[in-house]
Amino acid sequence: MSDQPRKPLPRPSPLSQPFWDGLGAGELRLQRCDSCDTYVFYPRPYCPHCLSEALTWKAVSGRGRVYTYTVIRRAMHPAFQPDVPYVFAIVELEEGPRVETNVVGCAPEDVRVEMPVKAVYDMTTAGIALLKFEPA
Amino acid sequence: MSLKRAAAITGIAEMAPRASAEGLSTMSIWADVSRGAILDAGLEPSDIDGLLVAPPIVDMVAMWPSHLGEYLDIHPRYANIVDLGGASAAGMIWRAASAIQSGLCRAVLCVSGEASDVSTFYAPRAKRPTQQLPLREFEAPYGPMGANSGYAQIAMRHMHEFGTTGRQLAKVAVDQRTNAGANPDALYRDPLTIDDVLSSPLIVDPLHLYEIVRPCTGGAAFVVVSADLAGSSAQTPAWLLGAGEATRGVMLAQVDSITTSPVAQSAPLAFEMAGVTPAEIDLVSVYDCYTITVVVTLEDAGFCEKGRGGPFVEEHDLTFRGDLPLNTHGGQLSFGQPGLAGGMSHVTEAVRQLQGRAGERQVPDCELAFVNGNGGIMSEQSSLVLGV
Repeated sequence: MSDQPRKPLPRPSPLSQPFWDGLGAGELRLQRCDSCDTYVFYPRPYCPHCLSEALTWKAVSGRGRVYTYTVIRRAMHPAFQPDVPYVFAIVELEEGPRVETNVVGCAPEDVRVEMPVKAVYDMTTAGIALLKFEPA
Repeated sequence: MSLKRAAAITGIAEMAPRASAEGLSTMSIWADVSRGAILDAGLEPSDIDGLLVAPPIVDMVAMWPSHLGEYLDIHPRYANIVDLGGASAAGMIWRAASAIQSGLCRAVLCVSGEASDVSTFYAPRAKRPTQQLPLREFEAPYGPMGANSGYAQIAMRHMHEFGTTGRQLAKVAVDQRTNAGANPDALYRDPLTIDDVLSSPLIVDPLHLYEIVRPCTGGAAFVVVSADLAGSSAQTPAWLLGAGEATRGVMLAQVDSITTSPVAQSAPLAFEMAGVTPAEIDLVSVYDCYTITVVVTLEDAGFCEKGRGGPFVEEHDLTFRGDLPLNTHGGQLSFGQPGLAGGMSHVTEAVRQLQGRAGERQVPDCELAFVNGNGGIMSEQSSLVLGV
């Protein structure tokens, strides 16, 4: 075992497993409420808008735009220090929900608010894929 | 039901922030400021029948109010923890007033602070999100920098929507530093220029080092008393005239608009209860963990139009000699942030100014203060109007 600090990876719950399974398969899947047609993110046991428990996992476009971002130049968690500077962003998906993520595939100084982006699936050594975005 | 003049703050005490704990414990700090506040209020320990405690950020244990009550040898009939992050201190005041108005108690001691420094604050173990929180699963894997990155994202979006500039944000830190020059207790007192702020290291774009609060050691306490006790107080009572509170989620991706905060709901409630408008306020004492926090708070509280916070802070002199005295103790950016006592510093300074005890930085004829407590990533807001 290495003494190097390790990045905190998601620990999927039964509720969120379909989301992470989707990313592993190269697909972004969100819960959609059968009753009020609203997308729900993060995964929840019921629709917070109408309280219906009828939520169905749907594959979505993976397209969105940068709602906001920052460039992190000093990591708080030591495992991220080798990555600085990196972009920590909120992306608004075409389908509505916003996700916290990293924008990759371009220099941090090239990122802009409202920039169009598309999903990329970043497989970690632990076998779980993270949802990141690159310029569309 | 209105809480207007239901209770007043009479006694305050504050430990000057220090960069490291210097052998102090959280309990020793709390005991020191508790004693000071009870003495300042002219009360006996046996008069204290209510106790509100803000938990230390770096040292979470169960039953803090009971542990402190034991240490102080007081026996409150009303004891609670108030955890609204940085909004806890402001939130304590109306909770205390509400308990007093309902007859539960007459004198509520409110306490905050901790033994902390930069290394304990940023220790990964101390900052590890609770495993069950969605924050742990859907945010932590992407390497956020705690509150720093959240407020940076608010600032970035604010710049995009409204054209707010780095120079405008820096002006907040500069004017507050001028105020800190007149506060011997402030951690940072050397004069600062806008260029100094903008040439300090960029930490989380667009925020520079001097726009980010510094975790430190310290504490504060105050006593909220009933109208009859206030009437016989040795100190000028600082009356609660209005209060309002509003909250939203902590994860910014879950928030509809990150450039508008719940202050847009909490402040109008406080002004309406008090029956005053922002234009009548003599002192603004609002949470300033980052420069952007002040700009968004001023907009949402109605001191200027939404989106005009940048030009507004540029056009006004925010020093204690200025036309809009703001954070006259230096704000947390210069005073320091001793855990949740950082939020309490905005209360103690407002009381000091209203009581005419602010010394060199006293605002003349200070009769009405607007206090805003802010927690999380602008997720908890507790707004107050205090007056004499």
